[in-house]
Amino acid sequence: MSSKTIVYSELRSSKAYYILLGICAVLVGLGALSFFHLEHQGHHVTGMNNQIVWGLPHVFAIFLIVAASGALNISSIGTVFSKTIYQPLGRLSALLAISLLIGGLAILVLDLGHADRLLVTLTHRNTKSIFAWNIWLYSGFLALGALYLWTMMDRKVNRFYKYAGFAAFNWRLILTMGTGSIFGFLVAREFYTGAVMAPLFISMSFSLGLSVYILVLLASAALGSREVGDLIVNRLRYLLAIFIGAVLFFELARHLANLYVTEKQGVEAFILKDSRYAALFWVGQIFFGSLLPLFLIFCKKFVNQRWAVRLAAMLVILGGFVQLYINLIGGQAYPLTLFPNAEVSSSFFDGEITQYSASIWEWLLGLGGFALSVLILLIGLQVLRFLPESLADEVIEPLSQA
Amino acid sequence: MSQINAYRRKFMAAVGGVAVGGLASGVILRSVEASDVPAKPADQPVSNKVRWGMLIDINRLTDGGVAMVEACKREHGWGNDPKSRPEQQSQWMRTVKVTDKLTQHSFTLPVMCQHCEEPPCVDVCPTGASMKRADGIVQVNKHICIGCRYCMMACPYKARSFVHESLTDQRPHSPRGMGTVESCNLCVHRIDKGQLPACVEAAPNAVIFGDLNDPNSRISQAVKTLGGSQIRADLGLNTGVRYLGL
Repeated sequence: MSSKTIVYSELRSSKAYYILLGICAVLVGLGALSFFHLEHQGHHVTGMNNQIVWGLPHVFAIFLIVAASGALNISSIGTVFSKTIYQPLGRLSALLAISLLIGGLAILVLDLGHADRLLVTLTHRNTKSIFAWNIWLYSGFLALGALYLWTMMDRKVNRFYKYAGFAAFNWRLILTMGTGSIFGFLVAREFYTGAVMAPLFISMSFSLGLSVYILVLLASAALGSREVGDLIVNRLRYLLAIFIGAVLFFELARHLANLYVTEKQGVEAFILKDSRYAALFWVGQIFFGSLLPLFLIFCKKFVNQRWAVRLAAMLVILGGFVQLYINLIGGQAYPLTLFPNAEVSSSFFDGEITQYSASIWEWLLGLGGFALSVLILLIGLQVLRFLPESLADEVIEPLSQA
Repeated sequence: MSQINAYRRKFMAAVGGVAVGGLASGVILRSVEASDVPAKPADQPVSNKVRWGMLIDINRLTDGGVAMVEACKREHGWGNDPKSRPEQQSQWMRTVKVTDKLTQHSFTLPVMCQHCEEPPCVDVCPTGASMKRADGIVQVNKHICIGCRYCMMACPYKARSFVHESLTDQRPHSPRGMGTVESCNLCVHRIDKGQLPACVEAAPNAVIFGDLNDPNSRISQAVKTLGGSQIRADLGLNTGVRYLGL
């Protein structure tokens, strides 16, 4: 590890820091309130139902989990691929990954019908369930992430840095494959089933994780008056463009493959053309979430413009959130096919497009989980030395040539 | 001319076949017999030598299965979740009207858990709460269901419901709980006592229930003679619920 020249320090507390901390604490409190309300009342107070069984909380949760594995990539690039310029970014990357994952898992767990039975997942396991696998993958990710951080921050165990980095990188790839496979293994849901969901989710984790990382890096630099030079920001900027391209590639492959298969043409038409999800897809995911960020990244007028990078990262996050919303909600809204080439109807809404509108409780639970991630991050940044004192070009340049 | 005769012979043979089939189904599906379900002594484990199954002749279901659905409601006490919206209400069984888009041929059939040999809901359940008994009955162990709803995502038949509110006045033999998933369990409490499922009793002339593993059982004889279609047979799940007249 080449952090000899890099000095790390805690985030100094300031008024802005405490205001941010306070906002997050309030949101976490509201999320907890939402959980207790659901626990007491049952899920009838939500917009979810027997057709759309996973709703907005799951969009938030999967967003945070996917972004978590992607956030760890920044340190992996330094460790696994020996790009030394990324090594000073490693500590923040691992902390961010851990905090995002905890926030996402909190939402998933608190939305369960019986969150009180979480321990049952440890005492009763079905090894054929990708969900059961994910419980171990998530726990392992937290443990490996912590171990990885330890090897980065403690000289006594620094010799294990490479091993921990390799383990964490491989683990995170398997983890995101597992998250994608939650959907890919569903034979009955036409919009999901397919092996492409695993690499699609991995590519999404790259772009979402990096976008969140860019925003956190620039915000924490602003909070602590630290310098972040153009050299490192431009590296991250062009990396983001590659990741956006990767997501577009897998999304294209998925839709083209589906469009070729007759039985999937109905759901494709529904998502791409005939429903409100079509506008979300073309305008939200493709234009605002992919093309506009690419323009902001590559337009020569915006070179070295921080606002352009920030905006691009925000748009990628927005686009990724919309993408997950389309996948989760749109994919469930389309009815199951009981009898191909036939119209079906029943009192259980067979054959009908299901409408979904999230309740305030779902918003609060989702935002609460997001705020929990930020809260953990903020506390972590203040108590331990995660942030480099400076990422100015003159500090970074020697590393870029290594 | 000989070609036309050949067509005529084929047509007559087909009509004859339909008539014989109809008569046969009339003979075989004459009535439900309690002897189809021998009682299991309480101290005996469930055996995988048995595979419970159901054959539903939808042409004989004059009401499309409404009586079966009502019997299921009465037996298990679902269908009255006052706080839940219609799309949140539990439905263990429902009648589905199917109309072919090209031919406009239409029929109605009851749809519930199909008790698959390879149930996707069992595959995906993280805790094993969604389980298949040795005798082929697929059900939810509500004591260890954490309410993740992954089984509802996986079921191709939309057979499962999530309990969206707290419930009162439950049937002692069929406890239901807020925050857990539920579905048709083939009236497992009745089968173990040697009784037929409630829905089968409600449609005695249209449904045969019995052991698909026993080649001499009435249901095995019936499916061997008349066939028995599966919904979404393409998924290869080998369902325990079969239909005549699809």
